[in-house]
Amino acid sequence: MAEEMEVGCARPTGGPVGESVEEEVNEKKATIRKEVSSMIHVGKKAPDFAAPGYQQGKFVSAKLSDYLGKWVLLCFYPGDFTFV
Amino acid sequence: MSIDSVFVHKMWDDNELSKMVDGGVPFPMLSDTGGKVGKIFGVFDEEAGVENRGRFIIDPDGIIQGYEVLTPPVGRNVGETFRQVQAFQLVRESKGKEATPSGWKPGKVTLKPGPDLVGKVWEVWKTEMAFD
Repeated sequence: MAEEMEVGCARPTGGPVGESVEEEVNEKKATIRKEVSSMIHVGKKAPDFAAPGYQQGKFVSAKLSDYLGKWVLLCFYPGDFTFV
Repeated sequence: MSIDSVFVHKMWDDNELSKMVDGGVPFPMLSDTGGKVGKIFGVFDEEAGVENRGRFIIDPDGIIQGYEVLTPPVGRNVGETFRQVQAFQLVRESKGKEATPSGWKPGKVTLKPGPDLVGKVWEVWKTEMAFD
């Protein structure tokens, strides 16, 4: 589950776990983006990732694969304080 | 999960969300500064620099069973998400022996696919059952 972590002045950030999505030079970028966006298919494994978070008074670090064995709803939204 | 920092998440929870939900948001509010995770899930809007309203149902084996992506101005229907989770849970518990027809919700009839049901769905499922 999400574990507590220390925070400093840097903005903590997360990213994919395992295979790194490499930033490559110009011409290859388009194809990479295509491959990246095709990583999501119903009936297929969700790509693992780790990300910092806030939960009930604590700063935490969460990893999707730590939730294996449970049902997970992963929700993205445009931004805090943005009305909807 | 959004592109906001964990610090902004805390402020939003403290100052607004905790006024909507007693005790504040119970689950982790994740930060995806830079949109790296949003990109791999195909929900990051490069031009706007924010995530669209993506929602993924991931089962206990880590398999994506369903997703929905909306542009920012329209909110989700949480009830429909829960209905889908309940349907996927039922299918999983039955080890695939049962399926949930259109409009299914807990308490409504399920289908048991097999030779006897071919061409006979009309006998057990009526069109009005697609609606509440």
